[in-house]
Amino acid sequence: MPYRIEVENLNVYFGESHILKDINIKINTNMVTSLIGPSGCGKSTFIRTLNRMNDTIPTFKKDGTVLLDGKDIYDPNVDVVDLRKKVGMVFQKPNPFPKSIFDNVAYGLRIHGLNDNDVIANKVEESLKAAALWDEVEDKLEMSAMGLSGGQQQRLCIARTIAVEPEVILMDEPCSALDPISTTKIEDLIHKLKHDYTIIIVTHNMQQATRVSKYTAFFLHGEIVESGLTDKLFMEPKDKRTEDYITGRFG
Amino acid sequence: MTEKKEDKFIQWVLFATGISSILIIILIIAFIFSEGLPAIFSIGLFNFIFGMIWNPDIGLYGVFPMIIGTLLTTFLALLMAIPLSLCCSIFLAEIAPPNMRKLLKPTIQGLAGIPSVIYGFFGLVIIVPFIRIHFGGSGFSVISASLILTIMILPTIISISEDALRSIPFEYSEASLALGATQWQTIKNVIVPAAVPGIITAIILGMGRAIGETMAVIMVTGNVVQIPGSIFEPVRTLTSNIALEMGYATGLHYSALFSTGIILLTVIVILLLLANYVNYKTKVSIGGGYL
Amino acid sequence: MNRIISPKNSQKIMKTIFWGSGILTILILIFIIGYILVNGLPVINFNFIFGEPIDNGASGGIFPFIVSTFYVTFVALIVATPLGVGGAIYLAEYAGENKLVKAIRFGSEILASIPSIVFGLFGFAFFVVYLSFGFSVLSGGLTLALMAMPTILRTAEVSIESVPKSYSEGSMALGASKWQTIYQVILPAAIPGIITGIILGMARAIEETAAILYTVGAALQVPVSIFDPARPLPLHLYTLATEGISMPNAYGTAAVLVVIILIITIVTNALVDRYTKKMMGR
Ligand SMILES: Nc1ncnc2c1ncn2[C@@H]1O[C@H](COP(=O)(O)OP(=O)(O)O)[C@@H](O)[C@H]1O
Ligand SMILES: [Mg+2]
Repeated sequence: MPYRIEVENLNVYFGESHILKDINIKINTNMVTSLIGPSGCGKSTFIRTLNRMNDTIPTFKKDGTVLLDGKDIYDPNVDVVDLRKKVGMVFQKPNPFPKSIFDNVAYGLRIHGLNDNDVIANKVEESLKAAALWDEVEDKLEMSAMGLSGGQQQRLCIARTIAVEPEVILMDEPCSALDPISTTKIEDLIHKLKHDYTIIIVTHNMQQATRVSKYTAFFLHGEIVESGLTDKLFMEPKDKRTEDYITGRFG
Repeated sequence: MTEKKEDKFIQWVLFATGISSILIIILIIAFIFSEGLPAIFSIGLFNFIFGMIWNPDIGLYGVFPMIIGTLLTTFLALLMAIPLSLCCSIFLAEIAPPNMRKLLKPTIQGLAGIPSVIYGFFGLVIIVPFIRIHFGGSGFSVISASLILTIMILPTIISISEDALRSIPFEYSEASLALGATQWQTIKNVIVPAAVPGIITAIILGMGRAIGETMAVIMVTGNVVQIPGSIFEPVRTLTSNIALEMGYATGLHYSALFSTGIILLTVIVILLLLANYVNYKTKVSIGGGYL
Repeated sequence: MNRIISPKNSQKIMKTIFWGSGILTILILIFIIGYILVNGLPVINFNFIFGEPIDNGASGGIFPFIVSTFYVTFVALIVATPLGVGGAIYLAEYAGENKLVKAIRFGSEILASIPSIVFGLFGFAFFVVYLSFGFSVLSGGLTLALMAMPTILRTAEVSIESVPKSYSEGSMALGASKWQTIYQVILPAAIPGIITGIILGMARAIEETAAILYTVGAALQVPVSIFDPARPLPLHLYTLATEGISMPNAYGTAAVLVVIILIITIVTNALVDRYTKKMMGR
């Protein structure tokens, strides 16, 4: 199976500071890949490079290539809007819009030109079901999303992302602001989604990485120290630094 | 011990200065009302507000044409100022590169700092002749006043709306952009709706400024007491009426001018209460239940 | 899909509109100030600034009006500064969050929004007539003081509140009384902001016209006593322009007024700039 994402010699700078150094990694299609590493090592910066969210930061500069399905996403002819439709993102803090639950999910559909209300309603239901939230919100779709619990808000954000039918879903520590029960729900959801989506999840919870992902990459000081099958990386790390990190002898 | 006494004394003095703004307000209201209420009682509130004729020579004091004058100039100004200032505040908050912002910020400050009488003078020498030449009439008109007021209320609406737009968490924009929305879609569908209460407050305060403006308006409206047939005809506003006639008014006429002041005061206090209420609503609705 | 304009195109169109509105705003300011200065500066010379007016200002200079402006403004600030700064200290340091504080804030908000002509009415009824100060520098100055006070109060309050809590805690821990702490630690740190507030209040007093229309009178001589009538620049400009006395002199007076306001604005900005840089440097 071809790789969905291939990153070659990626370097990222914010102004003067060199944040990501010579990143090379291939991401398999329709599998879950975890990114682990101490905080500040560049995990968020890396996944935000994959949907070009870093473009919103004026000081951002990069070199190297990022291929999605074999095509360079930083090619001048590529439209970020189309790219971000294909590469969805779930953020660390749940960030639903201050709108109704329904409108949150319908938002992406509408901005991409869908205006048949029946179709939208169907899609919203489908997405909420896929995000395992439907049963909880079925009868209060018009309620403000701000009234949901943190875990529900995060699943709503996932539903919102799924609704626009991306190929890839980036998740930046999606559970770090959530309680254990909500975390379990999101992890179950990831298991369900991995058959249809390529998922890249940042986590600093190593158990979570072992539970949800097939592949793992270990970041340190802006470099990928080691990457490969999750089981292998945790059982028999090749690099001393990886071993130190996963055995907790580290930052 | 003496130190304690000194502290107490100072605290007392500061308290006195602190409540001075309340005392001043009360004093102002008391004086305006005590001078103005007699006229309202003698003319009758209804006749005063809805009376069509203002003619001190024959003892008729109806301010309705002036109310219309104030409303017309104000709303026409808002009609022009709202789109321009909203675009400008969105530009400042979301789009302008730093250099441009460095230029635009002092510009808005500058517009806010220009004296009313300079605006009036500018209107008199530029806008009035322009209207006269291109649209006929004397040029002293509703539209001349509205154009000047538009410029004058820009800074109020722009700066308050900009604050409102800026206070919308960046997380909302990020979420929208990550779904593949364009920047404009994000502004239109996420940022502006979330900032609506602040924007409404901005508009209300801009409206207050337009209603209260005197000198700029007096110099370009022609000050004819009438309900104008078109925006190219002259009018008189409530504020101008006071400024024009205070110099020689006595008796009931004098009191009627203070009654006009009562109307202005009341309207401004209502607008302020409204603005505060809308703003208070914002705080409740944004970020409630967040995390 | 059946859209008339694609999202990408509407993005482009709207971006152009936003840029346009920003540039238009800048052009409006440049046009107004430029127009006044281009027509007014040629009129200005030594005689115009330091000369006495002749024929109601049809010719001659505007010296008495410049003096009037600063005199009236000075009186206004002498009164407004202690009230505004004192009120700000009270709000920021003594009052908690209670009904009274809310009332004070709302009071100063109303004070800041009352139409200037209403201040004029009040000034006339209270200072000129009731207190029998007559049409004078004093009546005008006091009326303007009421208008400048809320500006000073708000700016000063913000700057006092932005002094880090750790400063006052440090001082209190050394056994200083509350007032000592405020006087020796908080106020020095807040002084640039307080001065900015005073300058903004000054600008408000200098530019005001409607509020002094019926309080300062209309003298053509330099006012000496505070009970003398005066005629500040905006009032003079209004008279020149509306009574058609002299257009060139009206332009000259307008230019002087604009230059004064520009200087104030630039000085305030420089002050704020230096202040923020100093704060950042720490
Ligand atoms: N907008 C930015 N401007 C400058 N530096 C940044 C910015 N965002 C992140 N950084 C820096 O980049 C480094 C990596 O940050 P990040 O990718 O957020 O790490 P992680 O997600 O692994 O915790 C950090 O040192 C951080 O300070
Ligand atoms: Mg991170």
